[in-house]
Amino acid sequence: MSGIPHDHYEPKTGAEKWIESRLPIIGLLYNTLMIPTPRNLNWMWIWGIVLAFCLVLQIATGVTLVMHYNPSVAGAFASVEHIMRDVNAGWALRYVHANGASLFFLAVYAHIFRGIYYGSYKAPREITWIIGMLIYLLMMATAFMGYVLPWGQMSFWGATVITGLFSALPLVGTDIQTWLLGGPAVDNPTLTRFFSLHYLLPFVIAALVVVHIWAFHTTGNNNPTGVEVRRTSRKEADADTLPFWPYFVIKDLFALLFVLTIFAAIVGFMPNFLGHPDNYIEANALKTPAHIVPEWYFLPFYAMLRAITFDILWINSKLAGVLTMFGSIAVLLILPWLDTSRVRSGRYRPMFKVWFWLLVVDFVMLMWCGSQPPQQPFVIMSQLGTLYWFVFFLVVLPLLGILEKPLTPPATIEEDFIAHYGRGEEGMANAAISKPAE
Amino acid sequence: MLKTTILPAFAALALATGTLAGAAFAAGEAQPVTDYRFSFEGPFGRFDQAQLQRGLQVYTEVCSACHGLKFVPYRELAEEGGPALPEDQMRAYAAEHTVTDAETGEDRPATPSDHFQHSPDPNAPDLSLMAKARHGFEGPSGLLVNQLLNGIGGPEYIASLLHGFTGETQEVAGVTLYENHIFPGGLISMPPPLSDDQVTYADGTPATVEQMSQDVAAFLMWAAEPRMMARKEAGLTAVLFLAGLTVLLWFTNKRIWAPHKGKHA
Repeated sequence: MSGIPHDHYEPKTGAEKWIESRLPIIGLLYNTLMIPTPRNLNWMWIWGIVLAFCLVLQIATGVTLVMHYNPSVAGAFASVEHIMRDVNAGWALRYVHANGASLFFLAVYAHIFRGIYYGSYKAPREITWIIGMLIYLLMMATAFMGYVLPWGQMSFWGATVITGLFSALPLVGTDIQTWLLGGPAVDNPTLTRFFSLHYLLPFVIAALVVVHIWAFHTTGNNNPTGVEVRRTSRKEADADTLPFWPYFVIKDLFALLFVLTIFAAIVGFMPNFLGHPDNYIEANALKTPAHIVPEWYFLPFYAMLRAITFDILWINSKLAGVLTMFGSIAVLLILPWLDTSRVRSGRYRPMFKVWFWLLVVDFVMLMWCGSQPPQQPFVIMSQLGTLYWFVFFLVVLPLLGILEKPLTPPATIEEDFIAHYGRGEEGMANAAISKPAE
Repeated sequence: MLKTTILPAFAALALATGTLAGAAFAAGEAQPVTDYRFSFEGPFGRFDQAQLQRGLQVYTEVCSACHGLKFVPYRELAEEGGPALPEDQMRAYAAEHTVTDAETGEDRPATPSDHFQHSPDPNAPDLSLMAKARHGFEGPSGLLVNQLLNGIGGPEYIASLLHGFTGETQEVAGVTLYENHIFPGGLISMPPPLSDDQVTYADGTPATVEQMSQDVAAFLMWAAEPRMMARKEAGLTAVLFLAGLTVLLWFTNKRIWAPHKGKHA
């Protein structure tokens, strides 16, 4: 698929030929599994498999939870307790599902920041990047609606605050909010439609994941050097790559199991750590919690929403906050066209590296600010953090391409791999064979 | 490679989630909650069966005058990993209470499948989930490792609250409120519920306020999370199993890659 020369599937038995001439599915699976993959991928390339696993995990536990859940204002909270107490291993299903969302976001943030650092969004991988961002947006929508389903205090008030954002839009705002909620306030119609969409969207995500993989299987993986795999000859391609199976499947599985070990400890020993105690209080429309805090993975964007405490020209602060929040994600969507550097990987960009790590620190700081009450010094920190977020994408990235003097990346992936890991037996043999020819 | 990429990434993300979730907890009001050593804390912690039974007694004789436990069925009292009352005692306990039958609409003695009462006092919150709906640890002590060792601090909050009364009262809008330096805002409508020797423990444990408040807090933790023992056992099994598999995969991975990697040049 990737245009990198490699072995293609050849049906051998009669049955295989029979199937392949009617539906080339074995060939598709074979070529997907055996795809040539840059051999120098480092440990930050494992998050894709973690994410794929999370999606399957969330769908599997979610489908089972639905069998016992009651999507109604009167019954939702009690049915979650029914799952926790009466359903066999129901507590495990629910805690895995709830913490699974956190693992999902942890992995997606690692995956996204890896993409930014190594320039995985740059040509020719713009579509892979944009599909990924759409997946991320859908993940946020899905997680938000899922958090409403237990019908605790944070569910209710989180839904009230977030859907309230839409009312800031001029003219149509209130109508959109009513349309989203199915009424004037968060109530039974809201719960049932969120439930329906929370069940639907993961399958949309699954479809987009297929497109995401299809896209980067067409361009080939990026890698830590950002240097493309050589496609001119089979021998050069083989020196730069190894087939996905077994090399990367086993490596990824190791990493996945390592992550899952930590995940199991969290689910087993501290399953409520990432949740909010208020969500164990049933939703009460008459009692507003002292502080409404979204889940940790929304906090940076929540901080940016709250950072705009002043009117911008004729735009009032509420609408400006909403636009800022959506804008902070919109800049990610157009990232491929904001970066002007000719060098793809951040590894060879000395100035970019500094700005990049500042962005990571900024993200973490915003996350912290989002969890704090809207008072000083958090307001000013959120404002500076928000400013840097936009400056990084809209000013720093375009300018760096002009101002920065990048280092020279290695000529080939093979060169980088040997520099890191030395020459293996196979490499030695190749070198011995190729010597006379050179 | 491992050092330069995965470790900082993990550190940053762990720090991020750790401090932030801790910070999210801190969104409540900072109150000094006593960090009691409960037997069920930590990965290997277990409920103290005798303590849960004492706590049940305190709930039954004191708290239940106003508070309900509507999500807890009576049969749960006989389950392993909880107070584990003998079957006949659990049935007798249920039968001491009256429920309104959902089908006939008539009152009858409760059976094991019935739930504890709803709060008789409409202003008294239900206690089924109280130990998970409150948090005791704030700021840096609410962080990751402390959570792993000590839980979320809900039972600590409950125990601290029960003897956090200063003895002072205040009249607010015609209602008497009681000063309590643990309760957010400092004024609670619940009068001090416990006094020394208010209950007589069958096992001879001195019924001090300190003792009773911890016993009932432990009982409420169990009521909120009756499957905690099963969870910790399953968690430990899962961690050991996954860790073993991780090690095996590490060696598999090393072996598979060996022909392609040499010694560092």
